[in-house]
Amino acid sequence: MNKNLPKWVDLGLIPLLTLMLAFAVSGLVVLSIGQNPIEVVKVMIQGAFNPFGIGHTLYFTTNFIFTGLAVAVAFHARLFNIGGEGQAGLAGVGVALVMLSYDWPHWSIALIVGTVAAMAFGAAWAAIPAYLQAKRGSHIVITTIMFNLIAGALIGYLLVGPMQAEGSLPESAKFPSAASLPTMYDMLGWFGIGFDKYAPVNISFFLALIAAFLVWVLIWKTRLGYEMRAFGHSEKAAVYAGISPLKITMIAMLVSGALSGMMAVNTVQGEAERLLLGAVEGAGFIGIAVALMGRSHPVGVVLAAFLFGILTQGGAELQFTLGIPAQMITVIQALIIMFTGSLENMVRIPLEKIFLNAGKRGRA
Amino acid sequence: MSEVAENAGRLDVAAPAIELIGISKAFGSVQANKDISMTVAKGAIHGIVGENGAGKSTLMSILYGFYKADSGSVKINGVPTVINDSHDAIAAGIGMVHQHFMLVDNFTVLENVVLGAEEGATLGPSLRKARKELKRLADEYELDVDPDALIEDISVGFQQRVEILKALYRQAEILILDEPTGVLTPDEADHLFRILRNLKEQGKTIVIITHKLREIMDVTDSVSVMRRGEMTKTIATSSTSPEDLAEAMVGRRVLLEVNKSPAQVGETVMEIVNLSVTDAHGVKRLKNVSFELKRGEILGIAGVSGNGQSELLEVISGIGAAQSGEVRMQGEAIDISPKANAGMRRARGIGHVPEDRHQRGLVMPFMTWENTAFGYHNEPEYSKGFGLANQKYMMQDAREKMERFDIRPPIPQLIASSFSGGNQQKIVLAREIERNPDVLLIGQPTRGVDIGAIEFIHQQIINLRDAGKAILLVSVELDEIQALSDRILVMFDGVIQGERLPENTNEGELGLLMAGVDPEAKA
Repeated sequence: MNKNLPKWVDLGLIPLLTLMLAFAVSGLVVLSIGQNPIEVVKVMIQGAFNPFGIGHTLYFTTNFIFTGLAVAVAFHARLFNIGGEGQAGLAGVGVALVMLSYDWPHWSIALIVGTVAAMAFGAAWAAIPAYLQAKRGSHIVITTIMFNLIAGALIGYLLVGPMQAEGSLPESAKFPSAASLPTMYDMLGWFGIGFDKYAPVNISFFLALIAAFLVWVLIWKTRLGYEMRAFGHSEKAAVYAGISPLKITMIAMLVSGALSGMMAVNTVQGEAERLLLGAVEGAGFIGIAVALMGRSHPVGVVLAAFLFGILTQGGAELQFTLGIPAQMITVIQALIIMFTGSLENMVRIPLEKIFLNAGKRGRA
Repeated sequence: MSEVAENAGRLDVAAPAIELIGISKAFGSVQANKDISMTVAKGAIHGIVGENGAGKSTLMSILYGFYKADSGSVKINGVPTVINDSHDAIAAGIGMVHQHFMLVDNFTVLENVVLGAEEGATLGPSLRKARKELKRLADEYELDVDPDALIEDISVGFQQRVEILKALYRQAEILILDEPTGVLTPDEADHLFRILRNLKEQGKTIVIITHKLREIMDVTDSVSVMRRGEMTKTIATSSTSPEDLAEAMVGRRVLLEVNKSPAQVGETVMEIVNLSVTDAHGVKRLKNVSFELKRGEILGIAGVSGNGQSELLEVISGIGAAQSGEVRMQGEAIDISPKANAGMRRARGIGHVPEDRHQRGLVMPFMTWENTAFGYHNEPEYSKGFGLANQKYMMQDAREKMERFDIRPPIPQLIASSFSGGNQQKIVLAREIERNPDVLLIGQPTRGVDIGAIEFIHQQIINLRDAGKAILLVSVELDEIQALSDRILVMFDGVIQGERLPENTNEGELGLLMAGVDPEAKA
């Protein structure tokens, strides 16, 4: 990626240092509200990793892997998909529709059908902004944001209208229990390993890891991925090579939308087993940070998703144990995004100088 | 030394205008300037030649305060001068005309001249003063420009004059010009040289950075040659020759002439009939262009950049669309509607070395093995089924191409941007030529390419011609067109202004055609 720096510095040391800087500043913020940063870190780590917490941490991680991959894929084609929130929301509608339309006999069939529905609905919701961008030049950042709002309103309408179950809550009917996805507790139970029975993490976690692997294959091993990267680096070069900008824009956004959508398999189908209001809970936006921090590489995305999973779960614990407001965790997330995203050069440039000088001395 | 310092402020008449002493500058691990010393006498025209990346522009940027030298010092008129930014440079009487003009397009000439040198809160007095001054400069130096014309409405040649006027208006005594003739017709270049000689007569000192040796011979009094960050030679122009300069630039004897046998012209492969292109702004870029291209010939298209050559290449290569006309390949019309794409052209045996290799010809962050298949990446040999790319073969293929085209360093995993301009261009040429196309479109084959590689690239083009392929060559370098072409078309304002055989024409005639004048019609 960078010819001046060894790979381990570029991909390992720089993210690590920026992260530490972000934590250091976060520590100052924590101090300013009269809390002890060390205590806060302790509570967060414990909250995220204790036998009860880890099941939640991995559940959030699953969401962030999907939305992070979605942003990463689009980003390779230089498309900024801000619409993960809406795509995942709509995918939830798709999952709910197929789950409620038929009494699926076994979870394995339900998983396949649910995944296909989630991908299809997520992709469809991404397709319209993609087409408008490719054909009409409407900026995809603007249109995907608008589509998030439209999706929110649409889901709100569906849950107080056509899809609302008997009763007063704005939520759909519960899915048939035969279609329940195995949780981590169930799966580890097959091997006789114990796990928190009520943890929300489920089979979708492995689906997310498979998705990460497939994204890696797509981007670096297939000719389509090659075309996407070429288009992402230079649209003019892509046109010169006979690559259709319309095709690449559509495909990249469809894949991206489908990945965002898969999050609904985890939340709607795996955990809630019904469609709720606000099922996405901002994971679509966190995906942007995850992709940014993970350098749009699937391995980086998985690691960054795990970090954000820890922050989310640890943050909840913070609120519970120390009474620190939930907004605090948003501040920390924002600091991480700021440091890893836009302030990276603060670390990169001094490091480059150090390595350059070391190299010079080495040669001399 | 100390005496000079004490006398700072007093003008030393005998002192050279510019004295650079031991200038060094490194960018990261690249030593752009190594201990360079140079002296330019007052009232002289001094040329600096060197290949791309030799450090010419860096040196002048240090003089103009864009970069700060790591070590070394500068004396202007014998006075040690510290130049930290362009304000210091202007204060020291140095003006610079950049290769890419720094003008505000929707301002008038007058407004551009005054910009940054306004005095007072209102513009009126400055503009009035500038108008008077422009008139004086115009009369004195043949620098006439309509002060009320908008920059976007005047030609490139006039825009350059505005740049010169800007410098003179700021009392420049030393004028630096970076590649001043790159965008000019031969006629405009001649006019520029007249202006420079006038300036010299008035006692101004001029430094020209160029890679065109002929210009150096024409206009300079002395010349410095730079190679790999070092100044290898400084000599009076009258006692050197283009061959000697080229050798000093490259470090070995270079063939400036192209050796080629007469063309064995075969049947017509491509016909262009009444091709017209209107761009997105409604401007006609190509107007009823027609010509034929035959096997075994190099058809050169000369013209100042921006006269329709790019659009012509874009339509034939499938990148752009034409509104009317036809392109026939072996008698069969090919699709020139917006539905066409470049892949269709490759399938018809039309290869394309694009004018802009940074934006089009290569994907800069891609590794060489990814670039050597670019555009052909869906061919069966690069595929492995399931949509996967056959990366092993791509790697081997790249290695072979790099060896055959002497691309250095021959490492397929290096990304395109880490190669020199010449090696980058060879990557593109290797990819297109090795496909053995019936027609090869080549735009600006040696733009930003070092002299050593130019020789190699020209030889490859001639070899392809001798193998019976048809070559359409577009270049703004008239020398290159004359050296390579078997037939020359001159384009002006979207029209083929004339056709000439290289043996029956000369630069003067081609220059007039390039400026839109038909010498025969005038006679």
